[in-house]
Amino acid sequence: MALAQAAPASRRWFRSFELVLGVVLAGGMTLAVLFSGLLFPDGGESMDLMARLLPPFQNPAHILGTDPLGRDVLARVVVGGRISLTVGVLSVLGAVVLGTLVGLVAGYYRGVAEIVLMRFADIQLALPFILIAIMFLAILGTGVDKVIFFMIIAQWVQYARLVRGSVLALRDREFILSARAIGVGNGRIIFQHILPNVLGPIVILMTLNVANNILLESSLTFLGLGVDPLIPSWGGMLADGRTYLQSAWWVSVFPGLAIMFTVLGLNLLGDWLRDYLDPTGQTSR
Amino acid sequence: MSDNSPSSQRQDGPLLSVRSLSVEFGAGPTPFQAVKNVSFDVQPGRTLAIVGESGSGKSVTSLAIMRLTDYTGGRISSGEVLFRPSDGPALDLVGASDARLREIRGNEIAMIFQEPMTSLNPVFTIGNQIGEALTLHEGLNVRDARLRAKELLQKVRLPDADTLLDRYPHQLSGGMRQRVMIAMALACGPKLLIADEPTTALDVTIQAQILNIIRDLQAEMGTAVIFITHDMGVVAEMADDVVVMWKGEKVEQAPVREIFASPQHPYTKALLSAVPRLGSLTGQPLPKRTPVMIMDGGVPKQTGATHVQDTADYTKPILQVEKLTTRFDVGKTFFGRVTHRVHAVEEVSFDIFPGETLALVGESGSGKSTIGRTLQQLVEPTGGTVRFDGRDMNAMSPSERRGLRQQIQYIFQDPFASLDPRHTVGFSIAEPIVVHGLLKDRKAIDRRVHELLEQVGLQPQHAKRYPHEFSGGQRQRICIARALASDPKLVIADESVSALDVSIQAQIVNLLMELQERRRLSYLFITHDMAVVEKISHRVAVLYLGQIVEIGTRQAVFENPQHSYTRKLLSAVPIADPERERAKTRIEGEIPSPVRPVGQEPAIHRMREVGPGHWVAVEADQLRGAA
Repeated sequence: MALAQAAPASRRWFRSFELVLGVVLAGGMTLAVLFSGLLFPDGGESMDLMARLLPPFQNPAHILGTDPLGRDVLARVVVGGRISLTVGVLSVLGAVVLGTLVGLVAGYYRGVAEIVLMRFADIQLALPFILIAIMFLAILGTGVDKVIFFMIIAQWVQYARLVRGSVLALRDREFILSARAIGVGNGRIIFQHILPNVLGPIVILMTLNVANNILLESSLTFLGLGVDPLIPSWGGMLADGRTYLQSAWWVSVFPGLAIMFTVLGLNLLGDWLRDYLDPTGQTSR
Repeated sequence: MSDNSPSSQRQDGPLLSVRSLSVEFGAGPTPFQAVKNVSFDVQPGRTLAIVGESGSGKSVTSLAIMRLTDYTGGRISSGEVLFRPSDGPALDLVGASDARLREIRGNEIAMIFQEPMTSLNPVFTIGNQIGEALTLHEGLNVRDARLRAKELLQKVRLPDADTLLDRYPHQLSGGMRQRVMIAMALACGPKLLIADEPTTALDVTIQAQILNIIRDLQAEMGTAVIFITHDMGVVAEMADDVVVMWKGEKVEQAPVREIFASPQHPYTKALLSAVPRLGSLTGQPLPKRTPVMIMDGGVPKQTGATHVQDTADYTKPILQVEKLTTRFDVGKTFFGRVTHRVHAVEEVSFDIFPGETLALVGESGSGKSTIGRTLQQLVEPTGGTVRFDGRDMNAMSPSERRGLRQQIQYIFQDPFASLDPRHTVGFSIAEPIVVHGLLKDRKAIDRRVHELLEQVGLQPQHAKRYPHEFSGGQRQRICIARALASDPKLVIADESVSALDVSIQAQIVNLLMELQERRRLSYLFITHDMAVVEKISHRVAVLYLGQIVEIGTRQAVFENPQHSYTRKLLSAVPIADPERERAKTRIEGEIPSPVRPVGQEPAIHRMREVGPGHWVAVEADQLRGAA
């Protein structure tokens, strides 16, 4: 333990570098997307058929070039972030909240609650993803909210299983027993003692899933199950630009970079957050 | 086994010679120096004890001899380890090749570890594991190896060796496993055996057996032994020579009698003064606080004063336990019918009075912890009544029972495990106050936490730190502060000082006694350590297989033990006095299991009074297990 405390200074520097880079990347993206209405009042919709497929860094009006319909790529990347970030972040948050609650209850109380909830999870896992997607979206129709709702339904299981597993390991630990001996009630034990101890792996899974869901949204849109294809989104732009990859790489590369930077930023923030949440300073479990 | 008869070994010089050995951990400009410049010799056929507290570097030293530090992230930064193998001239193990080391490990130098369960591979049978060393080093075929394995098991006095060979480690008890480990270590007739705290995890009666076996085998095979321990009692029983280590350095080396009779280094003196000695309170009716010598930055310092603990008030008991029974279901058929039960506690009755310490003594499986946990409502009792302050717990409403958790507090054995690593210690100490709504105002709570920290000998600013930033002894103080936060009347201390180093243990025991006097606390002190019991308790209850076999005042039970099990327990305690004759009584027998098939209820002992307040279970001529 004495060894763990003497973490080399270089490592701490790397930690803060991680934080700064994460904030810059994820924060920058978020800010740009939030103010996209001010930056690009046209919403990246205005076409200029005379200026189709302009390469980047040549025309000051279209720094990142234009797409096959002559729309500004930069504008579309920034505006497209609205859908992508909304879907990516909200779907993950929703799944985390639902999954964590289920996992906590199932793992802590065991018994009937666990059996019922975990069988639910098993059924969920047994159904093919695309099948549920088609089923849900056929019933509910398409739209951003429906896509988010569907992703939550599809993904809470991951968190539930992860959390339940951690809770099972934690609930018999002595500090939980000692909290009970003091007279701490179940609710407080779950939220004050168990939850902080399972957050680490949740945070990591979350950051990974944000990227996953941004791409998932485009797959769904591609299948006609997602958002209105006319509204720009990063995943949608990637898919659209695919056919021009040979002749006009910029149409798909810039939205791809946007996804990459966002995800990288979030991952860095996630790593930092996990370490921040763990006062013992053990980087990994 | 080969030709090492004890006589042929006593020839030229030491078997093992460690010269200015230093071991470092961690990289970077300031690696952690675990062992600093340590030198000692091990003579053939003799026992060298390396004594020290946690962090003294004693285990690292032993690992470094085998070069096992290579696998634990350590680095031997200087020094040499000269070993004289049976087949050639002395060689320096520090520079030896991996191939040469593999020949030596297990063959010439063998090792036994503290935790026999984790040192045995759970997926192989005992026979397989002993046989492995034999086929590897001695080139025996499988059949011969099995025969030899059987011989070895008989050597370590394991009954029924034939069937044991086909058992798996989890099917054996802790003591049996440790004997298997010894059999494995001795399989190739090593010239040097390194035993790293081999009995620390075992019950005292089992410990006594294991120590006996090691000693007998050593005499028979002429093996030299390095015995690593923190227990001065074990040192006195086992060692010829003693090396005392402190903070990575060797501070003293001498023959065992000299170390005990005239310790030179202040640390050795402090260590010896802290060792609880069984029999030190003979003739005194009440427990007594005695000053402790502690090392304060290299200088020994005395803390505390002699004080007789006259705190008990025998007018009206605070806690009355009557015929308490706790059983657990284990083993179910496919259809969910219970086939076996653990009879953890069987009709146990006792009282605790205000300001009194009652010690519950017993070995593993005696049910002592289950009693504590049942009283703290962590485990549901199967039967019996518990009255706290005259009120029956069974008749209490849920909210009253919750309130009881304010009046009764529990201190666990492992302070690190019982503190939530994600919260500051201030949060943990404040928790009972918050949960029971004792103080509403944030500031008042903080003030109370600071007071509590000061009462247990820590500083208020420690409240903002996390558990991992403290040492073991400080953490136990934090747990005590937490237990006292709700102003309880009864504190259940479950092996609360057992995992601590002796000098820390002595301080914590004194702290508990001081707090008892100041707050008129009652303690239920659960432990296996008879020497600590003698120091702290007013009355003692001895538990065996879930039942009390003897209960009475400490003086009566210790000075006039009536039950054979009590006597056995007392005689098994290693005494920190090398002048005493070693191993006068041979203790045999395992502790029986409290698991019974459904329908086979254990017989409840009848008690008879042999003195005022001194009750003993009536023994049938042959009481199970207690020989």
